Amino acid sequence: MPDFTELLPAGFDPSSFGPGEVPKGLRERLVARATAEHSLDVVYRVVDSPVGSLLLAATEAGLVRVAYAAQGHDSVLADLARRIGPRVLRTAAGLDEVVGQLDAYFAGSRSSVDVPLDLRLAHGFRRQVLDHLRAIPAGRTETYAEVARSAGSPRAVRAVGSACASNPVPIVVPCHRVVRTDGSMGGYVGGSEAKAWLLAREAAA
Amino acid sequence: MKEPFERVVSEHGPTVLRVCRATLGPMDADDAWSETFLAALRAWPDLPEEANVRAWLVTIAHRKAIDVHRATGRRAVPVDAVPEPRGPGPQRPEDALADGRLWQALADLPPKQRQCVAYHHVAGLPYVEVAAVVGGTEAAARRAAADGIAALRRTYLAREDVSSHA
Repeated sequence: MPDFTELLPAGFDPSSFGPGEVPKGLRERLVARATAEHSLDVVYRVVDSPVGSLLLAATEAGLVRVAYAAQGHDSVLADLARRIGPRVLRTAAGLDEVVGQLDAYFAGSRSSVDVPLDLRLAHGFRRQVLDHLRAIPAGRTETYAEVARSAGSPRAVRAVGSACASNPVPIVVPCHRVVRTDGSMGGYVGGSEAKAWLLAREAAA
Repeated sequence: MKEPFERVVSEHGPTVLRVCRATLGPMDADDAWSETFLAALRAWPDLPEEANVRAWLVTIAHRKAIDVHRATGRRAVPVDAVPEPRGPGPQRPEDALADGRLWQALADLPPKQRQCVAYHHVAGLPYVEVAAVVGGTEAAARRAAADGIAALRRTYLAREDVSSHA
């Protein structure tokens, strides 16, 4: 069987038919067209931040997921495909509103990120907890027990902990503002270093 | 369970772009690629789990290439319209020239030979799958690709020899 690559001049290979990667502009055009015709379940972007690489994912309704690198972006994407839909595309330039606000938040010129949210991944009591967390302003913290009381279930302190641990949109819904009653920081979905960084940044503002 | 479509784009996007370039030339390849992946994205949730994704994409690209071909009405890509090669890799003038001659040699092939060369030698599909895409028998697809390669050897390599002695 003749090998097609034999036809090519020395130094050439099948990449003569194009680059090893699809040009960025072509990919972004696909994202833009798919968005315009409502063919996407989820669009996502990965950005660098002071607390590490962050995955930001949105549906047509709003921001649906923020994930730290430690959570495994690949498994987060597989989970989104399963729970929301597999028509998932990456953008390198989109989601610019949330990216811009996050940049400003990390730089200290915004106290919070205020974008439309799609909280479909949180249900029941966990959803109630998230709704309450959104009311805790930057620079303040509440204890798990206080949040449990505010959410109407004073004994559900552990459930508040798991609601925070399963927060689909950390940073934007500020579960890092919930600390332990003894004054220690408590756990965090992005790791205790990230939690400390966020709290210090908000205390300084 | 379906994996995120992004995986399909990163795994097969470059191959499909090369196939589009080989069958349509560099001018129309981007449009065919976009149309292919837009159609594939729409259909992705309903594709059977056991489907051969690459063969499925090449089938869509084949139809889209026919659409693009009809829309533009172009049979061949003029050599002087070939853009600079994009992306990483050597960008020397002689490479661009070689690239242009390759497009022209491919454009001179009868469509079926050009398609069979692209789907087998660029996409890497076995002839039985090439035949399923272009129609006809496996033997006919094999023969069309072999004829295409033989023609490319005559035209493209001949020109290569001439220019290397120029």
